[in-house]
Amino acid sequence: MVRPAAVERLTPRMRRVMARSIGYNLLQVIFVVGLAPLAAGVLSRLKEIVQSRRGPSVLQPYRDLRKLFNKDQVVSEQASWIFRATPFLVFVAPIFVATLIPVLTSYPLFFAFMGDMLGGGFVLALGGFFATLAAVDTGNPYGPMGASRTRMVGFLAEPVFMIVFFMVSFVAGSTIPYIVQQHWVTPLANFFAPSHVLLVIAFIMLIIAETGRIPVDNPTGHFELAMIDESKSLEYSGTGMALMKWGGQMKLLVLMCILLNVLVTPWGLAADQRLSQVLLAALLVSLKIGVFLLVMVVIESSLAKLRLFRVSEFLGAAFVTSVVAMIGGLLGF
Amino acid sequence: MGEISALLASLNGLAAGLFLLSSFALAATRQVQGCLRFYIAQSVFLVVSALLLAFGLHASDLLAVAALDLAIKPIVIPWLLGRMVRGEIFRRREIDQVLNIPSSLLIALGLTLLAYFLSQRLPAPAGAMARINLPVGLAALLIGTYTLAVRREAVPQLIGVFGIENGALFVGIAIAPSLPLVAEMAFPFDMLIIALVIGILTRMTQERIGTTEVGGLASLKESVDG
Repeated sequence: MVRPAAVERLTPRMRRVMARSIGYNLLQVIFVVGLAPLAAGVLSRLKEIVQSRRGPSVLQPYRDLRKLFNKDQVVSEQASWIFRATPFLVFVAPIFVATLIPVLTSYPLFFAFMGDMLGGGFVLALGGFFATLAAVDTGNPYGPMGASRTRMVGFLAEPVFMIVFFMVSFVAGSTIPYIVQQHWVTPLANFFAPSHVLLVIAFIMLIIAETGRIPVDNPTGHFELAMIDESKSLEYSGTGMALMKWGGQMKLLVLMCILLNVLVTPWGLAADQRLSQVLLAALLVSLKIGVFLLVMVVIESSLAKLRLFRVSEFLGAAFVTSVVAMIGGLLGF
Repeated sequence: MGEISALLASLNGLAAGLFLLSSFALAATRQVQGCLRFYIAQSVFLVVSALLLAFGLHASDLLAVAALDLAIKPIVIPWLLGRMVRGEIFRRREIDQVLNIPSSLLIALGLTLLAYFLSQRLPAPAGAMARINLPVGLAALLIGTYTLAVRREAVPQLIGVFGIENGALFVGIAIAPSLPLVAEMAFPFDMLIIALVIGILTRMTQERIGTTEVGGLASLKESVDG
């Protein structure tokens, strides 16, 4: 990578490459920010179709966001700065992560070395942390309940998260996602290695738990007592609500990108610098995400929501899966 | 050639990993039906591993083992159990268990690690593919034994016995791929007889006292007297 101090010694060609690299990085961010509501819309539409209903258009999340942005925001007099700052943090955290991970290209872009996968995990967790604080902040009775439940799911998910990421780094010999993704397909035998497949299974279970999807939490539920993730944003309105929603949708998309582009396959990503390749990759990655959304719909439609104290069993299963992957990877099978 | 054998080895490793995962599920699923489904999955992974080993070790005997296992374990035994045991047992959603599920999972993990360190003391079977099967089969055997100890219901206990057998066979196909076919045929038929006998026993027990909870059988005498 080029250090800032060396910038003035760059040849014009290197400058062009750098500018393009920054441009593609921005394009990645635009991809994530722009398509996150669409992914959420497609997911809910597919679920409605499975339940033999028509459901709202896939563009409905965009309309929701526009409506919320045009509304006034009401903030409790008791709320501190944490409550006001949280929507922006929740919105920005996935964007930060999107600059670190391979979304469209298989070669590292300008900001790729700013942080590794653990750094990305911490940035995502920061958003979650502030969302929890903000839920407690206003003194609304449902907020702290949801917050403590989220923490419960979170601390059960944490060991799985750590084992998955340390194992991925150990197997691939690096914590930079761009280097990790190449490892799985060269040679092809690595792709079928038990540590790889089991880590992918554990990570899918982790995504379900982290984004509050069905066996753990019902994202469409409107009953406060049963909520885990949703009740944290109950107090928000207007712009704050829109940012919280959008941030949640981006978090799902970013986690899907990590799963699909880093853990599962680097297939479909742009391999060279041309813009046409990157645009093609945007299409292919959207297709990949679409296929994964279908998998999510199958999972969500065939399982019932677990009772709260069964969540520990679900995440226990994820933990066991990741530990078996670790045993397989470290002790060699 | 090297690449193909590496691919075979990692596919066999994958089958082994999923085999191990389904034995965890045998020990920790709440539903009787789910237990049976995971047993079927475990048997299928056993068959896959046998096929891969047959291909990798050029052991044609394993093909017969695979075919026999594929016929008996995922198909005949569930059918037989369905016939022998009344449907309401399979629809039970909560199996009584001595320990709760997260601690069961942790104990099963500990048993897996134990199996790993035990298998390092044993003389290693030849070939990278076979070396995978030894610790995994041993772990499945130990977890099956644990399932037997911790469940308090007849059918899941029976499935625990099947899990033990699957684990033993998983090791067996790797360390003795050309065992005489007669000896290998004995295993699945043994399983059939066990399924029949325990199935009939379960059915009789259920008809007499209306439950198959093994944990409650200690108080059998009093309830008959009273």
